[in-house]
Amino acid sequence: MDEVPPLDDLFKERLVKYLTSKNKPLTIQGMLDAAKERGVQLYPVSFKTILSNLADETQNPKLRGMFRMLNVLAVSVSLGLLGLPPDTLLKSVENIFSRKPQIAEMNKHAANYAYNFATAKYAKYKYQLLLTPKEPDTIMVQGFQSTGLGKIASGCRFQSYYPITPASDESVFLESNETFEVENNRPGSTMVVQTEDEISAIGMVIGATLTGTRAATSTSGPGFSLMAEALGWAGINEVPIVVTLYQRSGPSTGLPTRHGQDDLQFAIHAGHGDFPRIVYASGDIEEGFYDTAKCFNYAENFQLPVIHMMDKFIASTVATVKRFDPKKITIERGKLLEKIDTQDYKRFAPSPDGLSPRSRLGLENGIFWNTGDESDEYGHISEDPGNRITMMDKRASKLDLALKTMPKEDQAANFGVSEFCVVSWGSTKGPILDAIEMLKKEGLAVGFVQIKLLQPFPTDYLKSLLKGTKTIIDIEANQSGQLGSLLNEHLDHKVDYYILKYTGRSMTCTEIYDSLKKILQNKAEKKQVLTYGV
Amino acid sequence: MESNLSDYKTEVHNDWCPGCGDFGIVNAIQMALAEMEIPRHKAAIFSGIGCSGKTSHFVNVYGIHTLHGRVLTFAQGAKLANPEMTVVAAGGDGDGLGIGAGHFVAAGRRNVDMTYIIFNNGVYGLTKGQASPTLKLGLQTKSLPEPNVNQAVNPIALAVASGFTFVARGYAYDVRQLKDLIIAAVKHRGLAFLDVLQQCPTYNDINTRDWFAGMDNIDEMTKKPRPRIYKLEDTHFDPVVHIDSPDEENEKLTQALIKSNEWVPNYLENPPATQQISYKGKSITDISRILDSLQV
Repeated sequence: MDEVPPLDDLFKERLVKYLTSKNKPLTIQGMLDAAKERGVQLYPVSFKTILSNLADETQNPKLRGMFRMLNVLAVSVSLGLLGLPPDTLLKSVENIFSRKPQIAEMNKHAANYAYNFATAKYAKYKYQLLLTPKEPDTIMVQGFQSTGLGKIASGCRFQSYYPITPASDESVFLESNETFEVENNRPGSTMVVQTEDEISAIGMVIGATLTGTRAATSTSGPGFSLMAEALGWAGINEVPIVVTLYQRSGPSTGLPTRHGQDDLQFAIHAGHGDFPRIVYASGDIEEGFYDTAKCFNYAENFQLPVIHMMDKFIASTVATVKRFDPKKITIERGKLLEKIDTQDYKRFAPSPDGLSPRSRLGLENGIFWNTGDESDEYGHISEDPGNRITMMDKRASKLDLALKTMPKEDQAANFGVSEFCVVSWGSTKGPILDAIEMLKKEGLAVGFVQIKLLQPFPTDYLKSLLKGTKTIIDIEANQSGQLGSLLNEHLDHKVDYYILKYTGRSMTCTEIYDSLKKILQNKAEKKQVLTYGV
Repeated sequence: MESNLSDYKTEVHNDWCPGCGDFGIVNAIQMALAEMEIPRHKAAIFSGIGCSGKTSHFVNVYGIHTLHGRVLTFAQGAKLANPEMTVVAAGGDGDGLGIGAGHFVAAGRRNVDMTYIIFNNGVYGLTKGQASPTLKLGLQTKSLPEPNVNQAVNPIALAVASGFTFVARGYAYDVRQLKDLIIAAVKHRGLAFLDVLQQCPTYNDINTRDWFAGMDNIDEMTKKPRPRIYKLEDTHFDPVVHIDSPDEENEKLTQALIKSNEWVPNYLENPPATQQISYKGKSITDISRILDSLQV
């Protein structure tokens, strides 16, 4: 066991205990034997033999010791076993060794040899990964690319960020694609600024947004913690910034490269004082693209900060999805002014809908003042108690307006409601839909509502959706059930069951299926903690 | 267009203490803007938190009163997005060299074309006189229960070390010279830093106007005070960094269009703030090339 490359000590301990309980030696052979007893089918392949056969066949004795080729051999054998053609592997070998044709040739030869070996020996292997026909207009993307593309398409022209996992992939993607075409073959570009910290990142976003530019930052939990103060500044000054929040597991550094959904309550409450904001969550990669455009529209329509919730699971997942269609997105700039004729412009002038016409830096007659202090209609500091009520209420009223005007299907996605209904948010969407499908095949009906708008909370819509539901099941990737708390706060019907996972690993459909089934059979505890992967 | 000084003043009531150096600085800013005839809507004053933070409310141009220590971040974002704006950032010594010191250094490295003025009086006036990062070690101004235990930071040295490309020091009670320094700072292409010495008449009872003037240090011969403050220009100091001109004799110069690439982002000609992003509510950005690269 000591020779096994760096394994977490705790994991090693658990493994030793397990192997001992199974009366197996503490060796790799012991692990394999234990796996076999659990029903795992083993197909031993001696790479040493393959190498030595290769050496004989090509009369190149050096190959006998070419253990560096093990990767290529192993991948190739796996492809042969699963019945997948070796073309892609051969192509990548060519790419990687493009400057060393001899080595490329040797590796390709080895790959072919291993492939033929596997297909001949395991012709009857029952699990085959067959190629499916390609659908037209399909792209292969990761989550961070979807929000990045969403930003480019929706006219975000300024992004500042401080490096952090997993959010900074998006900013680097934006910088890699910083120039692009706009209509009529004109160049457009995104300015991407790497700042000294996240405080600077959000400060710059606010500064850029004040010029009328659509601007955003992208961050993860620790960075977002640093942004809290400036978020309130954007709130009181009605600056339409967008913060893309790629969650990972906290608290503090937590599990920095792993998944989690534990920033929901923080996103809703970050910053001191009462100020309006929109918190909006995407459930998968495709939503990431279209929701990014929506988030900019919400920000500008309602003149407030928008926090777009994504997470590590979406950020790093590679998926083939339907090619994004920029024609499906709209660009709504709200009350942003192009021209001002009056000599007495007031940035925070009262209006029936709580929204004041918005000037920007550089606009003639459009001079305004902003301050983190409470201010009057011009933006000058005012501590007048009456003005305070007017301004606080003006800003707060924008949330009612958002709820009133936002289409219901943008507030929450209804995948069918039934007596038992799952309520969730974010990237749990995929495994939940799969689990529900598994149950459906057994004739068991479970509904699912995916909440996308989390602040302001779509209470009325959810009440109407869930009125026939007898059992509400909250599923999310955090320890305390943060969405559950929101549901309990806003709905009369309290959450009946919680299914939670906080190992830093994403949920699987089978563990959700198992937990739901227990609930349906009335055998479940109120709170089930998922442990798959432990 | 003739600009009047009064055009650059707002009618906002000023509640700084009588004798505060801030008055001289805000006057100098207004005078500089007027003399340069910068259209009011083309200028923005960003300010931090502290007494000096209110500066942006007293100047009749865009005025953005930001957060404690963060003024440079807001100002850089605006200047980068709309380089047509004349951007002046203003803040106190605690704001810029205490809580905001990280941004001070980073901004120097970035060298964005704007001006940063620090109102330097050695104390946190708005919170009743705690020691600021520029108060000398061992001094005990009147709010301090004990003498200052920290070394003072030297703003000029820090600015030079951080990469500011224009570094100057003014005095709040020499408004005319200060105005000239502000004009030079604004005209400088790059990040200009201006450290302005002043008194805090309420909380710094050591570095007072009289102290700057040397009233406690009378020359026995002439019976005149020996001022602690003097003008560097009187010493024939040359602040300009000269770079040796290249040896042109050995250079062969090609006379032709060598390369033309309009697809390089040019933030001065095509800044974020002026790029058109939509037409009739629809995106006009073409992302098809990127999507093509992801096509399977």
